[in-house]
Amino acid sequence: MKAMVELYIQQFKTTLTMMFQYRASLLIWMIGQVLEPLVYLIVWSVVSASSGGSVGSYTTADFAAYYIILMVVNQVTYTWIMYEFEYRIREGGFSFALLKPVHPIHSDIADNVSSKVITLPVMILIAAGLGVVFHASISPAPWAVAMFIPVLLLAFLVRFLLEWTLAQAAFWTTRVGAINQLYFVLMLFLAGQIAPLTLLPSPLQAAAAVLPFRWLISFPVELLLGRLSPGETLVGLGAQVAWLVVSIVLMRIVWRAGLRTYTAVGA
Amino acid sequence: MTPPVVHIRDLRKVYVVSQQQAGARAALQGLIHRRKVEVPAVDGISFDVAAGEIVGFLGPNGAGKTTTLKILSGLLHPTSGEATVLGYAPWKRERSFLRQMTLVMGQRNQLIWDIPAINSFELNRVIYRIPVEDYRRTVAELTDLLDLGPLLHKPVRNLSLGERMKCEIAAALLHRPKVVFLDEPTIGLDVTMQRRIRSFIADYKRRFEATILLTSHYMTDVETLSRRVVVIHHGRLLFDGDLSILVRKFTSHKTIVVQLGDCQADLSSYGDVVSCEDGRTTLRVPKAETAHVTERLLADLPVIDLLVEDPPIEEVIERVFAQGAQ
Repeated sequence: MKAMVELYIQQFKTTLTMMFQYRASLLIWMIGQVLEPLVYLIVWSVVSASSGGSVGSYTTADFAAYYIILMVVNQVTYTWIMYEFEYRIREGGFSFALLKPVHPIHSDIADNVSSKVITLPVMILIAAGLGVVFHASISPAPWAVAMFIPVLLLAFLVRFLLEWTLAQAAFWTTRVGAINQLYFVLMLFLAGQIAPLTLLPSPLQAAAAVLPFRWLISFPVELLLGRLSPGETLVGLGAQVAWLVVSIVLMRIVWRAGLRTYTAVGA
Repeated sequence: MTPPVVHIRDLRKVYVVSQQQAGARAALQGLIHRRKVEVPAVDGISFDVAAGEIVGFLGPNGAGKTTTLKILSGLLHPTSGEATVLGYAPWKRERSFLRQMTLVMGQRNQLIWDIPAINSFELNRVIYRIPVEDYRRTVAELTDLLDLGPLLHKPVRNLSLGERMKCEIAAALLHRPKVVFLDEPTIGLDVTMQRRIRSFIADYKRRFEATILLTSHYMTDVETLSRRVVVIHHGRLLFDGDLSILVRKFTSHKTIVVQLGDCQADLSSYGDVVSCEDGRTTLRVPKAETAHVTERLLADLPVIDLLVEDPPIEEVIERVFAQGAQ
């Protein structure tokens, strides 16, 4: 346990050092993280303004609040492991990870969390600024604010594990781009990025809830917007925990199979 | 008798490779049905390495050296046969095994490119759970042996190839592995740096009584480091034993260099004239006739100087491979 804590602390230092080496790309990356939800925000604001101040149950101010919270939730749960993994396997760096007496997922989690610790405060400032500019209004109940923390944490864990698992496609194919693309499209529509889920046709809404997507981004946003009852929140929390278990099991199975393939084929 | 540190018996590794002919038609066919071809990279080799031994592993490109080292370090699952290292089955990658061995690949790097090597070292310290005092001592020793002082705090991308290799080797040895697999550790390095790395490897072995298996293209590496060599070709074992025996076994000729002052004299009646430069003629003579030819040269000609040499080791190895290919 102590050794694990040390590993996470050391990885944090390493990630920090690396991020200072990549200041410019870090800035560009953060602009991207802000820009994408900002574009949706502006589009929906225009649509809502031109259709009498609201679309479905979302007013112009609601859209602003929705996308500003989404920006933060996406920032917290985001991973880049799919690109990373493909690169590692293609360039052979993965072999070094296998030589080490520790599961490589630990370094990846630590690396991800570390960079979030650094970028999140900036993101929250930006979100607050945008909130003022776009007159976003939220007034969540105290219990919803309290629940938001564990819900966000679960969203991060499930998203991380699922994307880490998906990234292992690189064990079997050198063209993981297509798989990533499919996943990103699903995330775009079913996690609530392109539009709040309640505005989607009901079959899509059902799919988003049955599949893990809603629980990765949309659910924490809905919670903080004050659109969920305590009952709905508990159901959502249950769904997240269920997906956490599923994603851990899935990750282990795929990891074992992937390793078998890797050590059979070599790289 | 202590059991061998590395033990290999009838080891085979067969890669399944899908093949495709050139052309659009073949590409379309490839979508439906891919022709799979089995390529044996290691085809039934056996040898043992005792504790504290250093063995040179030789073979041309594609002979199966790297595949063997990858099997021994747990990166590849053998197709059949036995392979154990320190009594472990490497491909199970048990943590207690991984903590005691290392693999250095001359053409790949584990150090993080954009940050100083010392950061990667620190990361290895926690990964291998090296106690802080041991870590400090080892870093100090390695810094001393490899002259790393000015390199550790520069971003790795700013280091030269040789400097980076020294840091790579140090990073791989921080946990003081008992078994060290070195795959072309001196590739691409200049002669001075090669010598540096070589003497370091010899030092490391002495200090830590490590068992080392080393592959290299540079014969000098093997010549200076290991008395024992294992030669493989097309995945098969060609020779396992003392380097001097290998040389004797595969050397049918000696080289005689005669200095006469000029290149006027025709020496072809004494042996094959390889070259003549600045009055120094190089002759190639069957080994059995060396003494006789030397005698005649000294009797017949105004010899200023005369030198009898074994052919360069590269030539010997070339001959070994050529025979192996048949």
